[in-house]
Amino acid sequence: MEQHEHVIERYERAWILFGLAMITVFIILIGYMMLTMGNTNPVSAARIDATKVRTEGDFANPRVEQVGNEYVAYVQAFSFGYLPMEMKFKAGQKVTFYITSPDVQHGFKVENTNINVQVIPGEVAKVSYTFKKPGEYNLICNEYCGIGHANMVSKIVVEP
Amino acid sequence: MAVKTFPKIDVYAGAPEKKYTLFMLMLGFIALMVGTLFGPLQAFNYGGLDLYPFLKPVFQSYYQGLTIHGVLNAIIFTQLFGQAIMVYLPAKELGLRPNMTLAWVSFWMALIGLLIAALPLLGNAASVLYTFYPPLKAHWAFYVGAALFVLSSYVSIYLVLEMWSRWKKANPGKITPLATYMSVTFWLMWFLASLGLVVEALFLIAWSLGLVAGVDPLLMRTLFWYTGHPIVYFWLLPAYTLAYVTLPKLAGGKLVSDPLSRLVFLLFLLFSVPVGFHHQFADPGIAPYWKMIHTILTMMVAVPSLITAFTIAASLEVAGRANGGKGLLGWIGALPWNNPTVLAFLLGFLAFIPGGAGGIVNASFNLNQNIHNTVWIPGHFHLQVGTLVTMAAMGTAFWLIPHLTGKPLVARGMALASQWLWFLGMFIMTFALHWMGFLYAVPRRSHIAGSPIAMEAYRESSAWMVLNIVSGVILLIAAILFFYVIYATALQSRRDPDRVMSEVPFSEVISKPEGSSLALLTERIWFWFGIAVVLVVLAYGPVLFQMFTNMNPVPGQRLW
Repeated sequence: MEQHEHVIERYERAWILFGLAMITVFIILIGYMMLTMGNTNPVSAARIDATKVRTEGDFANPRVEQVGNEYVAYVQAFSFGYLPMEMKFKAGQKVTFYITSPDVQHGFKVENTNINVQVIPGEVAKVSYTFKKPGEYNLICNEYCGIGHANMVSKIVVEP
Repeated sequence: MAVKTFPKIDVYAGAPEKKYTLFMLMLGFIALMVGTLFGPLQAFNYGGLDLYPFLKPVFQSYYQGLTIHGVLNAIIFTQLFGQAIMVYLPAKELGLRPNMTLAWVSFWMALIGLLIAALPLLGNAASVLYTFYPPLKAHWAFYVGAALFVLSSYVSIYLVLEMWSRWKKANPGKITPLATYMSVTFWLMWFLASLGLVVEALFLIAWSLGLVAGVDPLLMRTLFWYTGHPIVYFWLLPAYTLAYVTLPKLAGGKLVSDPLSRLVFLLFLLFSVPVGFHHQFADPGIAPYWKMIHTILTMMVAVPSLITAFTIAASLEVAGRANGGKGLLGWIGALPWNNPTVLAFLLGFLAFIPGGAGGIVNASFNLNQNIHNTVWIPGHFHLQVGTLVTMAAMGTAFWLIPHLTGKPLVARGMALASQWLWFLGMFIMTFALHWMGFLYAVPRRSHIAGSPIAMEAYRESSAWMVLNIVSGVILLIAAILFFYVIYATALQSRRDPDRVMSEVPFSEVISKPEGSSLALLTERIWFWFGIAVVLVVLAYGPVLFQMFTNMNPVPGQRLW
């Protein structure tokens, strides 16, 4: 019986060390990938009065602007749609989205990309991305925003 | 003719805590039953099949059903189960009786809170989902009822700490028995973790009553997830406790290591709370380095679960070999698979393994971008709370209800079938949801079956959608079998106290706490609680301070 206990305790220690090593490797990989593979995590660009989004400032006029070789898009995510209704970009050119909401929380997820933003009233989210493949991408609201939430699907067109 | 009267046996006369435990448990299962009946409707929705129009006069929308499903299953049932198990186990282990007056106070607070919150839920005045993100604004009664319900758990915290200190006084210098240790750390963790929800509730109640014009949605999200991730450990730890202190015995073996089991609960106390930002990786308004810190701390919470995987597997191996299992894997077949309680835990843990791996993905700052708010997420947590936590509760009910009432379990075959079907149904459903979310970006909590636009957008995932319908049917059958078994057991008139388990099946242990330096180290619970508080202050303090001093209130909306 003594022998049996001893063996289990040895395996136990090995397993805990293995677990810690695995976690450490994961953390290093996450950091490494974020530094080298393009970080698409949204950040805050500004705070804003949600009740004035529709009437004042950049978001009262939702649009895509071409600035040199890049795009800047000012997007309103509202119940239940996006403005501008359709966005067109050229493949290979960087797009910087500024997104906010005039009402409740929304999602801003572009399928087949790493763009996935929690749109929070009062916050302007900023995220940059370069579409490489031409085509039509679904733009999806993935945060419950009321009874019409499921209809809140739009299109992003990327031209070659 | 003389009327012959049988002497009525009062089974609770000598053990009033049994009655309290039974009431908490059964109230929890009633909540689970109502919530679970809406489950297949959600599954059918993700199969493109919309049954809500048929419920129209009573239930207004998918989102109302989803709110009921989430609130009852994830808040009401889980807390009531914790309040039943994590008070009863230490009471039995220490041989002490909790303060019964306060125990019933906690029961009535929970029941009245539940009823107050249920009215707006049933009236479609609170279809704000389980996360109730402002500025979607529910009826004030929803927030008041939920707050009263959560506060009932604070009475349970007191009950256990009071029993523990009574035992400590009577046994100076002794190491706290294992189940009690787990219960004490569990309740202290919950006390620390629930503060976010309590503060959020104060804001929401004032807002819904019109006392303040708006609330800051980012601050509310942050307070919600401050509690919202540790709450999953609040659900999980009663299942772990039962797996440590009862499962080895029920399977015919022994718990491998007592000191290591304590370490697991201590690590949960330390690392459960400062992790909530990993639900907010996609949020603007929180600096990336804070998100990275929470990534690292979240990864640390995987460690106690990895240790648990080892200890439970090793304890089961001891059981399998004691039952005559031979060879490398022969012990698995020798486990008592025909014991419905053991079966529930075995299948629950089996599903928990891929669920844990998925959890690592969710907690990884950058991988999360792919799956945030897609159906991957409900796929993930149905593998966790939907299998291990729920199955531990269902499996435990199979011995606990007979133990509490003196009534033997009826329809054992149905009990076994319910667990196999539940496991199968959850496995199929979560498999489909993971891939639908990951490959096709299908959003979570979306009434896609009622929207031709959505069905068109996600048509490529239709093969996976079919699996949701299949699983919904299987899970419905499993639920019917399970609830039949427990209600038929509890409501039968036959009492057979000799045939049911009279003692709680506490496991014996191989490596004992006495003489272990690790056990002595973990025993300094208040010291470790202080460390946990410091960790939370470091991981949340600066961000919360900034949010509280820069509030940006937004008025409420009712959009359902």
